Amino acid sequence: MRLPCPICGERDRREFYYQGEAVALDRPAPDADERAWDDYLHNRDNPAGETRDLWYHDGGCGSWLVVHRNTITHEVYSAELARDVKGRMK
Amino acid sequence: MRFSALRVLKEGLTGNKGWTPHWRDPQPKDEYDIVIIGGGGHGLSTAYYLAKNHGLRNIAVLEKGYLGGGNVGRNTTIVRANYFLQGNSEFYSHSLKLWENLEEDLNYNVMHSQRGLINLFHSDGQRDAFVRRGNSMVNQGDDAILLDREGVREHLPYLDFEQTRFPIYGGLYHPRGGTARHDAVAWGYARGADERGVDLIQNCEVTGIDIENGKVKGVQTTRGAIKAKKVGIVVAGRSGQVAAMAGMRLPIESHVLQAFVTEGLKPVIDHVVSFGMGHFYISQSDKGGLVFGGDLDFYSSYASRGNLPMKEHVMEAGMTLMPMIGKAKVLRSWGGIMDMTPDGSPIIDKTDIDGLYIDCGWCYGGFKAVPGSGFSFAHLMATDNHHAPAAKYRLDRFRTGYGLMDEEGTGSQHNLH
Repeated sequence: MRLPCPICGERDRREFYYQGEAVALDRPAPDADERAWDDYLHNRDNPAGETRDLWYHDGGCGSWLVVHRNTITHEVYSAELARDVKGRMK
Repeated sequence: MRFSALRVLKEGLTGNKGWTPHWRDPQPKDEYDIVIIGGGGHGLSTAYYLAKNHGLRNIAVLEKGYLGGGNVGRNTTIVRANYFLQGNSEFYSHSLKLWENLEEDLNYNVMHSQRGLINLFHSDGQRDAFVRRGNSMVNQGDDAILLDREGVREHLPYLDFEQTRFPIYGGLYHPRGGTARHDAVAWGYARGADERGVDLIQNCEVTGIDIENGKVKGVQTTRGAIKAKKVGIVVAGRSGQVAAMAGMRLPIESHVLQAFVTEGLKPVIDHVVSFGMGHFYISQSDKGGLVFGGDLDFYSSYASRGNLPMKEHVMEAGMTLMPMIGKAKVLRSWGGIMDMTPDGSPIIDKTDIDGLYIDCGWCYGGFKAVPGSGFSFAHLMATDNHHAPAAKYRLDRFRTGYGLMDEEGTGSQHNLH
Protein backbone atom coordinates (compact mmCIF):
# COMPACT_ATOMS: atom_id res chain seq x y z
CA MET A 1 0.00 0.00 0.00
CA ARG A 2 1.30 3.46 -0.93
CA LEU A 3 -0.13 6.71 0.40
CA PRO A 4 -0.24 9.97 -1.61
CA CYS A 5 1.16 12.58 0.78
CA PRO A 6 0.04 16.03 -0.46
CA ILE A 7 3.49 17.42 0.32
CA CYS A 8 5.86 14.55 -0.51
CA GLY A 9 3.97 12.64 -3.18
CA GLU A 10 3.24 8.92 -3.22
CA ARG A 11 5.23 7.12 -0.56
CA ASP A 12 5.59 3.61 0.88
CA ARG A 13 3.23 2.71 3.73
CA ARG A 14 6.28 2.16 5.98
CA GLU A 15 6.93 5.90 6.18
CA PHE A 16 3.60 6.45 7.92
CA TYR A 17 2.25 5.88 11.40
CA TYR A 18 -1.41 4.85 11.55
CA GLN A 19 -3.45 6.56 14.26
CA GLY A 20 -6.98 5.29 13.53
CA GLU A 21 -10.38 6.53 12.45
CA ALA A 22 -10.40 10.27 11.88
CA VAL A 23 -12.71 10.86 14.86
CA ALA A 24 -9.74 12.51 16.56
CA LEU A 25 -10.48 15.65 14.53
CA ASP A 26 -13.76 16.08 16.37
CA ARG A 27 -12.79 16.17 20.01
CA PRO A 28 -15.61 16.51 22.56
CA ALA A 29 -15.73 19.52 24.85
CA PRO A 30 -13.75 19.02 28.07
CA ASP A 31 -16.97 18.94 30.09
CA ALA A 32 -18.80 16.59 27.68
CA ASP A 33 -20.33 13.56 29.37
CA GLU A 34 -18.76 10.14 29.83
CA ARG A 35 -20.53 8.66 26.80
CA ALA A 36 -19.22 11.35 24.45
CA TRP A 37 -15.68 10.65 25.61
CA ASP A 38 -16.21 6.88 25.40
CA ASP A 39 -17.40 7.30 21.81
CA TYR A 40 -14.44 9.50 20.99
CA LEU A 41 -11.78 7.35 22.63
CA HIS A 42 -13.03 3.80 22.13
CA ASN A 43 -16.14 3.18 20.06
CA ARG A 44 -15.69 2.96 16.32
CA ASP A 45 -17.82 2.63 13.19
CA ASN A 46 -15.14 0.18 12.00
CA PRO A 47 -16.42 0.25 8.42
CA ALA A 48 -15.90 -2.59 5.95
CA GLY A 49 -15.39 -0.47 2.85
CA GLU A 50 -14.59 3.22 2.62
CA THR A 51 -12.95 4.82 5.60
CA ARG A 52 -11.19 8.04 6.51
CA ASP A 53 -8.37 7.66 8.96
CA LEU A 54 -5.49 9.60 10.38
CA TRP A 55 -1.91 8.85 9.41
CA TYR A 56 1.25 10.69 10.46
CA HIS A 57 4.01 11.03 7.89
CA ASP A 58 6.70 10.07 10.38
CA GLY A 59 9.38 9.21 7.82
CA GLY A 60 8.65 12.21 5.64
CA CYS A 61 7.32 15.73 6.13
CA GLY A 62 5.81 15.16 9.59
CA SER A 63 2.28 16.07 8.51
CA TRP A 64 -0.91 14.57 9.85
CA LEU A 65 -3.03 13.31 6.97
CA VAL A 66 -6.61 12.22 6.54
CA VAL A 67 -6.47 9.26 4.16
CA HIS A 68 -9.58 8.18 2.26
CA ARG A 69 -9.18 4.48 1.47
CA ASN A 70 -10.99 1.15 1.30
CA THR A 71 -10.56 -1.42 4.08
CA ILE A 72 -11.68 -4.33 1.87
CA THR A 73 -9.60 -3.68 -1.26
CA HIS A 74 -6.75 -1.61 0.25
CA GLU A 75 -7.39 0.90 -2.52
CA VAL A 76 -6.28 4.42 -1.55
CA TYR A 77 -8.44 7.20 -3.03
CA SER A 78 -6.85 10.37 -1.67
CA ALA A 79 -5.03 12.02 1.20
CA GLU A 80 -5.42 15.53 2.56
CA LEU A 81 -3.61 17.50 5.21
CA ALA A 82 -5.51 17.05 8.45
CA ARG A 83 -5.33 20.80 9.15
CA ASP A 84 -7.23 21.50 5.90
CA VAL A 85 -9.93 18.97 6.80
CA LYS A 86 -10.15 20.37 10.31
CA GLY A 87 -10.39 23.90 8.90
CA ARG A 88 -13.43 22.96 6.84
CA MET A 89 -15.14 21.42 9.88
CA LYS A 90 -15.27 24.79 11.72
CA MET B 1 -21.50 -42.12 15.45
CA ARG B 2 -18.75 -42.64 18.01
CA PHE B 3 -15.08 -42.81 17.14
CA SER B 4 -13.00 -45.58 18.69
CA ALA B 5 -9.93 -47.61 17.78
CA LEU B 6 -12.16 -50.61 17.16
CA ARG B 7 -14.37 -48.58 14.83
CA VAL B 8 -11.37 -47.29 12.85
CA LEU B 9 -10.12 -50.88 12.49
CA LYS B 10 -13.53 -52.17 11.42
CA GLU B 11 -14.03 -49.38 8.87
CA GLY B 12 -10.51 -49.87 7.56
CA LEU B 13 -11.26 -53.53 6.89
CA THR B 14 -14.65 -52.88 5.30
CA GLY B 15 -13.80 -50.12 2.84
CA ASN B 16 -14.64 -47.14 5.09
CA LYS B 17 -18.28 -47.30 3.97
CA GLY B 18 -19.83 -46.90 7.41
CA TRP B 19 -18.81 -43.31 8.18
CA THR B 20 -21.70 -40.86 8.25
CA PRO B 21 -21.83 -37.04 7.97
CA HIS B 22 -20.80 -35.34 11.19
CA TRP B 23 -23.79 -33.05 11.31
CA ARG B 24 -27.17 -32.55 9.68
CA ASP B 25 -27.98 -29.78 7.21
CA PRO B 26 -31.31 -28.61 8.61
CA GLN B 27 -33.71 -25.99 7.27
CA PRO B 28 -34.05 -23.05 9.65
CA LYS B 29 -37.16 -23.18 11.83
CA ASP B 30 -39.37 -20.14 12.37
CA GLU B 31 -38.39 -19.77 15.99
CA TYR B 32 -35.65 -20.78 18.45
CA ASP B 33 -35.03 -20.14 22.13
CA ILE B 34 -31.48 -19.07 21.31
CA VAL B 35 -29.86 -17.96 18.07
CA ILE B 36 -26.08 -17.74 17.86
CA ILE B 37 -24.81 -15.54 15.03
CA GLY B 38 -21.52 -16.96 13.79
CA GLY B 39 -20.51 -20.57 13.16
CA GLY B 40 -16.83 -20.23 13.99
CA GLY B 41 -14.94 -21.78 16.88
CA HIS B 42 -16.47 -19.56 19.55
CA GLY B 43 -20.03 -19.76 18.19
CA LEU B 44 -19.92 -23.54 17.85
CA SER B 45 -18.43 -24.05 21.30
CA THR B 46 -21.07 -21.70 22.76
CA ALA B 47 -23.82 -23.81 21.20
CA TYR B 48 -22.18 -27.02 22.40
CA TYR B 49 -21.95 -25.86 26.03
CA LEU B 50 -25.46 -24.37 25.98
CA ALA B 51 -26.68 -27.86 25.11
CA LYS B 52 -24.29 -29.89 27.24
CA ASN B 53 -24.03 -27.78 30.40
CA HIS B 54 -27.44 -26.14 30.45
CA GLY B 55 -29.65 -28.74 28.81
CA LEU B 56 -30.93 -26.32 26.18
CA ARG B 57 -31.87 -27.86 22.85
CA ASN B 58 -33.84 -25.34 20.81
CA ILE B 59 -30.79 -23.53 19.48
CA ALA B 60 -29.62 -22.45 16.03
CA VAL B 61 -26.16 -21.39 14.92
CA LEU B 62 -26.35 -19.14 11.84
CA GLU B 63 -23.27 -19.02 9.64
CA LYS B 64 -23.05 -16.82 6.54
CA GLY B 65 -20.45 -19.09 4.91
CA TYR B 66 -19.49 -22.59 5.96
CA LEU B 67 -18.78 -23.84 9.48
CA GLY B 68 -15.31 -23.02 10.71
CA GLY B 69 -14.48 -21.08 7.54
CA GLY B 70 -13.14 -17.99 9.30
CA ASN B 71 -10.32 -17.50 11.76
CA VAL B 72 -10.72 -20.94 13.37
CA GLY B 73 -9.89 -22.45 9.98
CA ARG B 74 -6.83 -20.24 9.47
CA ASN B 75 -4.66 -19.52 12.46
CA THR B 76 -1.37 -20.52 14.03
CA THR B 77 -3.11 -23.03 16.34
CA ILE B 78 -1.34 -22.13 19.60
CA VAL B 79 -2.89 -23.11 22.92
CA ARG B 80 -1.47 -21.61 26.12
CA ALA B 81 -2.29 -20.15 29.52
CA ASN B 82 0.55 -17.74 30.20
CA TYR B 83 -1.33 -14.53 30.92
CA PHE B 84 -0.34 -12.18 33.68
CA LEU B 85 -3.29 -10.02 34.68
CA GLN B 86 -6.19 -11.06 36.86
CA GLY B 87 -9.18 -11.47 34.62
CA ASN B 88 -7.13 -12.97 31.82
CA SER B 89 -5.17 -15.36 34.03
CA GLU B 90 -8.14 -17.27 35.43
CA PHE B 91 -9.93 -17.29 32.08
CA TYR B 92 -7.11 -18.85 30.07
CA SER B 93 -6.31 -21.22 32.91
CA HIS B 94 -9.89 -22.50 32.74
CA SER B 95 -9.76 -22.70 28.96
CA LEU B 96 -6.53 -24.75 29.03
CA LYS B 97 -8.11 -27.22 31.46
CA LEU B 98 -11.00 -27.63 29.02
CA TRP B 99 -8.48 -28.25 26.23
CA GLU B 100 -6.81 -30.97 28.26
CA ASN B 101 -10.05 -32.93 28.41
CA LEU B 102 -11.47 -31.86 25.06
CA GLU B 103 -10.81 -35.00 23.05
CA GLU B 104 -12.59 -37.27 25.52
CA ASP B 105 -15.34 -34.73 25.98
CA LEU B 106 -16.03 -34.37 22.24
CA ASN B 107 -14.99 -37.91 21.25
CA TYR B 108 -13.02 -36.16 18.54
CA ASN B 109 -9.31 -36.08 17.80
CA VAL B 110 -8.39 -32.41 17.94
CA MET B 111 -4.69 -33.36 17.99
CA HIS B 112 -4.03 -31.28 21.09
CA SER B 113 -0.27 -31.47 21.52
CA GLN B 114 1.24 -30.05 24.72
CA ARG B 115 4.69 -29.75 23.24
CA GLY B 116 5.66 -26.81 25.42
CA LEU B 117 5.93 -23.11 24.69
CA ILE B 118 9.07 -21.02 25.27
CA ASN B 119 8.99 -17.22 25.42
CA LEU B 120 12.52 -15.92 24.89
CA PHE B 121 14.05 -12.96 26.70
CA HIS B 122 17.06 -10.89 25.73
CA SER B 123 17.93 -8.54 28.61
CA ASP B 124 17.97 -8.43 32.40
CA GLY B 125 14.90 -6.21 32.42
CA GLN B 126 12.99 -8.62 30.23
CA ARG B 127 14.05 -11.50 32.48
CA ASP B 128 12.60 -9.67 35.51
CA ALA B 129 9.32 -9.18 33.64
CA PHE B 130 9.15 -12.86 32.76
CA VAL B 131 9.97 -13.90 36.35
CA ARG B 132 7.00 -11.82 37.42
CA ARG B 133 4.79 -13.32 34.72
CA GLY B 134 5.93 -16.82 35.62
CA ASN B 135 5.10 -16.25 39.28
CA SER B 136 1.66 -15.02 38.29
CA MET B 137 1.11 -18.16 36.20
CA VAL B 138 2.23 -20.42 39.07
CA ASN B 139 -0.03 -18.54 41.49
CA GLN B 140 -2.91 -19.18 39.11
CA GLY B 141 -2.09 -22.90 39.32
CA ASP B 142 -0.54 -23.17 35.89
CA ASP B 143 3.00 -24.12 35.02
CA ALA B 144 5.98 -21.89 34.31
CA ILE B 145 9.69 -22.68 34.46
CA LEU B 146 12.43 -20.07 34.11
CA LEU B 147 15.22 -21.27 31.83
CA ASP B 148 18.65 -19.69 31.62
CA ARG B 149 20.56 -19.61 28.35
CA GLU B 150 21.87 -23.17 28.73
CA GLY B 151 18.40 -24.34 29.68
CA VAL B 152 17.01 -22.85 26.46
CA ARG B 153 19.90 -24.39 24.51
CA GLU B 154 18.90 -27.88 25.68
CA HIS B 155 15.44 -27.40 24.16
CA LEU B 156 16.24 -25.18 21.18
CA PRO B 157 19.85 -25.80 20.10
CA TYR B 158 19.24 -24.32 16.65
CA LEU B 159 18.73 -20.72 17.76
CA ASP B 160 21.35 -18.04 17.14
CA PHE B 161 22.24 -17.43 20.81
CA GLU B 162 25.11 -15.01 20.23
CA GLN B 163 23.43 -12.64 17.81
CA THR B 164 24.52 -9.07 18.41
CA ARG B 165 21.12 -7.39 18.35
CA PHE B 166 19.11 -9.69 20.66
CA PRO B 167 21.43 -12.21 22.36
CA ILE B 168 19.33 -14.86 24.09
CA TYR B 169 19.46 -14.62 27.90
CA GLY B 170 16.90 -17.34 28.61
CA GLY B 171 13.24 -18.17 28.30
CA LEU B 172 10.02 -18.73 30.20
CA TYR B 173 8.98 -22.32 29.58
CA HIS B 174 5.28 -23.22 29.73
CA PRO B 175 5.26 -27.04 29.36
CA ARG B 176 1.47 -27.33 29.07
CA GLY B 177 1.39 -24.91 26.15
CA GLY B 178 1.27 -26.31 22.65
CA THR B 179 -0.87 -26.57 19.55
CA ALA B 180 -4.06 -28.23 18.30
CA ARG B 181 -5.56 -29.07 14.95
CA HIS B 182 -7.69 -25.96 14.32
CA ASP B 183 -10.26 -27.39 11.88
CA ALA B 184 -10.87 -30.42 14.07
CA VAL B 185 -11.77 -28.15 16.97
CA ALA B 186 -14.52 -26.51 14.92
CA TRP B 187 -15.71 -29.86 13.55
CA GLY B 188 -15.66 -31.55 16.96
CA TYR B 189 -17.75 -28.79 18.56
CA ALA B 190 -20.09 -28.74 15.55
CA ARG B 191 -20.66 -32.48 15.76
CA GLY B 192 -21.14 -32.35 19.52
CA ALA B 193 -23.69 -29.52 19.24
CA ASP B 194 -25.53 -31.22 16.37
CA GLU B 195 -25.75 -34.49 18.33
CA ARG B 196 -27.48 -32.57 21.10
CA GLY B 197 -30.09 -31.16 18.74
CA VAL B 198 -28.57 -27.79 17.82
CA ASP B 199 -29.42 -26.71 14.25
CA LEU B 200 -26.24 -25.64 12.42
CA ILE B 201 -27.44 -23.51 9.51
CA GLN B 202 -24.87 -22.61 6.89
CA ASN B 203 -25.07 -20.12 4.02
CA CYS B 204 -27.38 -18.07 6.21
CA GLU B 205 -26.27 -14.48 6.61
CA VAL B 206 -27.89 -12.32 9.23
CA THR B 207 -29.06 -9.06 7.64
CA GLY B 208 -30.92 -7.50 10.55
CA ILE B 209 -31.64 -7.83 14.25
CA ASP B 210 -35.25 -7.30 15.32
CA ILE B 211 -35.64 -5.25 18.47
CA GLU B 212 -38.90 -4.05 20.04
CA ASN B 213 -39.08 -1.85 23.12
CA GLY B 214 -35.47 -2.58 24.00
CA LYS B 215 -35.89 -6.33 23.75
CA VAL B 216 -34.54 -8.62 21.06
CA LYS B 217 -37.20 -10.52 19.09
CA GLY B 218 -35.20 -12.33 16.44
CA VAL B 219 -33.11 -11.87 13.34
CA GLN B 220 -33.60 -11.30 9.62
CA THR B 221 -31.49 -13.56 7.42
CA THR B 222 -30.89 -14.41 3.79
CA ARG B 223 -32.96 -17.53 4.50
CA GLY B 224 -35.88 -15.72 6.07
CA ALA B 225 -36.87 -14.25 9.43
CA ILE B 226 -36.11 -16.27 12.56
CA LYS B 227 -37.65 -15.43 15.91
CA ALA B 228 -35.53 -15.88 19.03
CA LYS B 229 -35.82 -15.19 22.75
CA LYS B 230 -32.08 -14.64 23.03
CA VAL B 231 -29.45 -13.78 20.43
CA GLY B 232 -25.68 -14.05 20.81
CA ILE B 233 -23.28 -12.21 18.50
CA VAL B 234 -20.04 -14.20 18.04
CA VAL B 235 -18.60 -12.93 14.78
CA ALA B 236 -15.00 -11.88 15.54
CA GLY B 237 -13.72 -9.40 12.92
CA ARG B 238 -17.25 -8.67 11.70
CA SER B 239 -18.51 -7.65 15.16
CA GLY B 240 -18.77 -4.00 14.15
CA GLN B 241 -21.15 -4.69 11.26
CA VAL B 242 -23.41 -7.08 13.16
CA ALA B 243 -23.55 -4.86 16.25
CA ALA B 244 -24.51 -1.94 13.99
CA MET B 245 -27.67 -3.90 13.07
CA ALA B 246 -28.64 -3.48 16.72
CA GLY B 247 -27.69 0.21 16.66
CA MET B 248 -24.51 -0.36 18.66
CA ARG B 249 -21.00 0.96 18.16
CA LEU B 250 -18.32 -1.25 19.68
CA PRO B 251 -14.88 -0.49 21.08
CA ILE B 252 -13.44 -2.55 18.24
CA GLU B 253 -11.28 -1.85 15.24
CA SER B 254 -10.71 -4.72 12.77
CA HIS B 255 -7.11 -5.27 11.75
CA VAL B 256 -5.31 -7.75 9.56
CA LEU B 257 -2.84 -10.26 11.03
CA GLN B 258 -0.69 -12.31 8.68
CA ALA B 259 0.72 -15.80 9.10
CA PHE B 260 2.83 -18.07 6.95
CA VAL B 261 3.40 -21.76 6.26
CA THR B 262 6.42 -23.38 4.63
CA GLU B 263 6.63 -26.59 2.64
CA GLY B 264 6.50 -29.78 4.72
CA LEU B 265 9.81 -30.59 6.40
CA LYS B 266 11.07 -33.39 8.62
CA PRO B 267 10.61 -32.71 12.35
CA VAL B 268 12.90 -29.85 13.30
CA ILE B 269 11.02 -27.57 15.73
CA ASP B 270 9.57 -29.49 18.66
CA HIS B 271 8.11 -26.57 20.63
CA VAL B 272 6.24 -23.36 20.17
CA VAL B 273 8.89 -20.61 20.22
CA SER B 274 7.99 -16.99 20.78
CA PHE B 275 10.51 -14.23 19.98
CA GLY B 276 8.81 -11.13 21.32
CA MET B 277 11.60 -8.70 20.46
CA GLY B 278 11.27 -9.55 16.80
CA HIS B 279 7.47 -10.02 16.82
CA PHE B 280 7.90 -13.57 15.63
CA TYR B 281 6.62 -16.95 16.78
CA ILE B 282 6.82 -20.39 15.25
CA SER B 283 5.83 -24.02 15.57
CA GLN B 284 5.82 -27.00 13.23
CA SER B 285 2.58 -28.60 12.17
CA ASP B 286 2.07 -32.34 12.22
CA LYS B 287 2.21 -32.25 8.42
CA GLY B 288 5.71 -30.78 8.71
CA GLY B 289 5.08 -27.21 7.63
CA LEU B 290 6.65 -24.46 9.70
CA VAL B 291 3.80 -22.23 10.86
CA PHE B 292 4.83 -18.75 11.87
CA GLY B 293 3.61 -15.23 12.21
CA GLY B 294 4.30 -11.80 13.55
CA ASP B 295 2.50 -8.63 14.41
CA LEU B 296 -0.51 -6.86 12.94
CA ASP B 297 -0.09 -4.85 9.78
CA PHE B 298 -1.28 -2.00 12.03
CA TYR B 299 -4.03 -0.35 10.09
CA SER B 300 -7.71 -1.23 9.97
CA SER B 301 -8.49 -3.76 7.24
CA TYR B 302 -11.01 -6.37 6.18
CA ALA B 303 -8.94 -7.51 3.21
CA SER B 304 -8.01 -10.98 4.54
CA ARG B 305 -4.57 -10.36 3.13
CA GLY B 306 -1.71 -8.24 4.31
CA ASN B 307 0.92 -6.07 2.75
CA LEU B 308 4.58 -6.72 1.99
CA PRO B 309 6.26 -4.67 4.76
CA MET B 310 5.03 -7.01 7.50
CA LYS B 311 5.97 -10.08 5.46
CA GLU B 312 9.48 -8.73 5.16
CA HIS B 313 9.60 -7.91 8.87
CA VAL B 314 8.47 -11.41 9.89
CA MET B 315 10.98 -13.10 7.57
CA GLU B 316 13.77 -10.89 8.92
CA ALA B 317 12.85 -11.76 12.50
CA GLY B 318 12.84 -15.47 11.67
CA MET B 319 16.24 -15.24 10.05
CA THR B 320 17.59 -13.31 13.04
CA LEU B 321 16.39 -15.91 15.52
CA MET B 322 17.05 -19.14 13.63
CA PRO B 323 19.15 -18.67 10.49
CA MET B 324 18.41 -22.26 9.44
CA ILE B 325 14.89 -21.15 8.53
CA GLY B 326 16.32 -19.50 5.42
CA LYS B 327 16.49 -22.93 3.77
CA ALA B 328 12.72 -23.41 4.03
CA LYS B 329 10.43 -22.25 1.25
CA VAL B 330 7.25 -20.40 2.16
CA LEU B 331 4.24 -22.08 0.59
CA ARG B 332 1.52 -19.61 1.43
CA SER B 333 0.52 -16.71 3.62
CA TRP B 334 -2.84 -15.38 4.69
CA GLY B 335 -4.37 -12.53 6.63
CA GLY B 336 -7.07 -12.95 9.26
CA ILE B 337 -9.41 -10.19 10.42
CA MET B 338 -8.83 -9.49 14.10
CA ASP B 339 -11.39 -7.79 16.33
CA MET B 340 -9.03 -5.52 18.25
CA THR B 341 -10.14 -3.84 21.49
CA PRO B 342 -8.37 -0.80 22.98
CA ASP B 343 -6.87 -2.79 25.89
CA GLY B 344 -6.20 -5.99 23.94
CA SER B 345 -8.57 -8.08 26.06
CA PRO B 346 -11.91 -9.58 25.00
CA ILE B 347 -15.56 -8.91 25.79
CA ILE B 348 -18.14 -11.46 27.00
CA ASP B 349 -21.15 -9.51 28.18
CA LYS B 350 -24.78 -8.56 27.93
CA THR B 351 -25.66 -5.51 25.89
CA ASP B 352 -28.07 -2.69 26.71
CA ILE B 353 -30.67 -4.58 24.66
CA ASP B 354 -32.57 -7.20 26.63
CA GLY B 355 -31.79 -10.69 25.33
CA LEU B 356 -28.86 -9.60 23.16
CA TYR B 357 -25.41 -10.81 24.20
CA ILE B 358 -21.98 -10.35 22.69
CA ASP B 359 -18.72 -12.31 22.67
CA CYS B 360 -15.98 -10.49 20.76
CA GLY B 361 -12.69 -8.64 20.94
CA TRP B 362 -10.44 -11.68 20.94
CA CYS B 363 -7.79 -9.69 19.12
CA TYR B 364 -5.10 -12.03 17.78
CA GLY B 365 -5.54 -14.64 20.53
CA GLY B 366 -8.92 -16.22 19.95
CA PHE B 367 -8.00 -19.79 19.11
CA LYS B 368 -6.82 -20.93 22.53
CA ALA B 369 -9.90 -19.28 24.02
CA VAL B 370 -12.39 -21.32 21.97
CA PRO B 371 -13.35 -23.75 24.77
CA GLY B 372 -13.31 -21.19 27.60
CA SER B 373 -15.15 -18.54 25.61
CA GLY B 374 -17.95 -20.90 24.59
CA PHE B 375 -18.22 -22.27 28.14
CA SER B 376 -18.44 -18.82 29.74
CA PHE B 377 -20.65 -17.26 27.06
CA ALA B 378 -23.06 -20.20 27.28
CA HIS B 379 -23.17 -19.71 31.05
CA LEU B 380 -23.98 -16.01 30.61
CA MET B 381 -26.64 -16.60 27.97
CA ALA B 382 -28.31 -19.44 29.88
CA THR B 383 -28.25 -17.98 33.39
CA ASP B 384 -27.84 -14.21 32.88
CA ASN B 385 -24.97 -14.40 35.37
CA HIS B 386 -21.33 -13.90 34.49
CA HIS B 387 -19.25 -17.05 34.67
CA ALA B 388 -16.49 -16.50 37.25
CA PRO B 389 -13.43 -17.04 34.98
CA ALA B 390 -14.79 -14.53 32.44
CA ALA B 391 -16.46 -12.15 34.86
CA LYS B 392 -14.05 -9.29 34.14
CA TYR B 393 -14.66 -9.24 30.37
CA ARG B 394 -17.12 -6.36 30.63
CA LEU B 395 -18.17 -4.16 27.77
CA ASP B 396 -18.45 -1.05 29.95
CA ARG B 397 -14.86 -1.16 31.23
CA PHE B 398 -13.79 1.30 28.52
CA ARG B 399 -16.47 3.82 29.44
CA THR B 400 -15.86 3.61 33.18
CA GLY B 401 -12.11 3.00 33.03
CA TYR B 402 -12.59 0.37 35.72
CA GLY B 403 -11.18 -3.11 35.11
CA LEU B 404 -9.15 -2.45 31.98
CA MET B 405 -6.87 -5.40 31.18
CA ASP B 406 -3.93 -4.05 29.27
CA GLU B 407 -1.77 -7.18 29.28
CA GLU B 408 1.06 -5.56 27.32
CA GLY B 409 1.11 -2.41 29.43
CA THR B 410 1.08 -0.17 26.36
CA GLY B 411 -2.03 1.84 27.17
CA SER B 412 -5.71 1.31 26.55
CA GLN B 413 -6.00 2.89 23.16
CA HIS B 414 -6.75 1.60 19.68
CA ASN B 415 -3.66 0.87 17.63
CA LEU B 416 -1.41 0.08 20.61
CA HIS B 417 -2.02 -3.68 20.73
